[in-house]
Amino acid sequence: MSEAHFRQLPVMFFIILSLMLMIAPLPDWAAPYRPDWVVLTMIYWTMLLPRTYSVGWAWVIGLMMDAAQGTLFGQHALALCFVVYISVKFHLQIRVFPMSQMTATVFAILALYQFILFWINGVAGINAPAVTYWGPVISGTLIWPVLSTVFGSIRLRDRAGA
Amino acid sequence: MAAAKSDSSHRAPHLQALGLRFLLLASLSILLLVMDHRDNHLDTVRRAIGATVYPLRMLVDAPISGWRWANEALISRNQLQLENSRLNAERLLTYARLQRFAALEAENGRLRAMLDATERMRNQVRVAQIMSVSSNRFRHTLVVDKGSRDGVYDGQAMVDAHGVVGQIIVAGLLSSQGILISDPDHALPVEVNRNGLRTIARGTGDYNRLDLPFLPNNADIREGDLLVTSGLGGEFPAGYPVAVVDSVLRIPQEPFADVSAKPAAALNQVTELMLVWVEDEEPESEFPASDDDVADDATATEDDDSE
Repeated sequence: MSEAHFRQLPVMFFIILSLMLMIAPLPDWAAPYRPDWVVLTMIYWTMLLPRTYSVGWAWVIGLMMDAAQGTLFGQHALALCFVVYISVKFHLQIRVFPMSQMTATVFAILALYQFILFWINGVAGINAPAVTYWGPVISGTLIWPVLSTVFGSIRLRDRAGA
Repeated sequence: MAAAKSDSSHRAPHLQALGLRFLLLASLSILLLVMDHRDNHLDTVRRAIGATVYPLRMLVDAPISGWRWANEALISRNQLQLENSRLNAERLLTYARLQRFAALEAENGRLRAMLDATERMRNQVRVAQIMSVSSNRFRHTLVVDKGSRDGVYDGQAMVDAHGVVGQIIVAGLLSSQGILISDPDHALPVEVNRNGLRTIARGTGDYNRLDLPFLPNNADIREGDLLVTSGLGGEFPAGYPVAVVDSVLRIPQEPFADVSAKPAAALNQVTELMLVWVEDEEPESEFPASDDDVADDATATEDDDSE
């Protein structure tokens, strides 16, 4: 089972869908807990297909997030690039982890991602209460088992069909 | 695990250069960050990439506007009649107010002429739909469906029926990004309508609160005072309501009073807002009105008075 086989997977579709989920309006009470869909999607697929989707893609998608969210240019690009670097670097270890361990790793990666955003905001003088950074980390960790199961079943069905 | 085996057996050069590529992109990001933070040289880049996000916004917006359309299409006759009578009553009231306004306007014009004051600027407004609201916690921004093609420019004021909403920060071709007055990075020169006291209203990150940080303890301001734009910043036309003061806390040992105000506009509820053109700055007063905008223009292009 080589990576070339997986290239026909609709990864771009998932990435675009995750970008849309980041833009979609949420009610006021839910907005602070919006999971970082793009980060979760990128972690999964770069871990699985590190040769096809790697830091270059992460950078471009990060820039699109910056443009979409009106943040400092390069902020999400840098954070996403770093997160994907870790996920590609350790893809052999992470993808054989059992679910509990993998979820813990994803928690750490998400926290790191938010920390980079927090750091850049701090340097640029944009101060938001530190508590607000935890919302996406918690919701993202909770949603990871579901998301990776969904992605996994799509991948397996694809393999079975081939 | 077959994939894992094949990965380790023949390593692609591109996985090996991973660290290098990451460092390159990371330093590029930091360069971009510094450039964007120091001076805004990146507006054109931002616009270009913003244009690639536009189709995504359309897709996200489609179910919402579809739902809105379905709601309007399926509304009952009874409801329509109720709404119609309500609107008629409102219209009568507004006309009654407008009559007084016309007389005042004439009087004000005469007084100004006597004083040799400069002619007031006339403002034109146009309705814009909000396509999306910022999903980011640090910035209160929104995207409207009018862009530079419709004559929107950077720094243009956005108002709703009750007061100032914010201003455009990036005018794209088809859609534009605006910042709300409640954004922590936004400050707006205002004056107290009652006595003309000038100050700055700063966003707090809370949709329902603005800060007035630079008022001394002995400033003549009290709860219930209406704050209107003073027009001093050069971006906003003067005389639009901004907020109502809702708490004044004077602490004797502090140099400044702790004053907060509630925005007049419903910042977290707006679905459509009006873009304001100050006529002197916008030479082409006849907008290239597309079909769906003709109705808007007929009702919305009023001669709004400032100051």
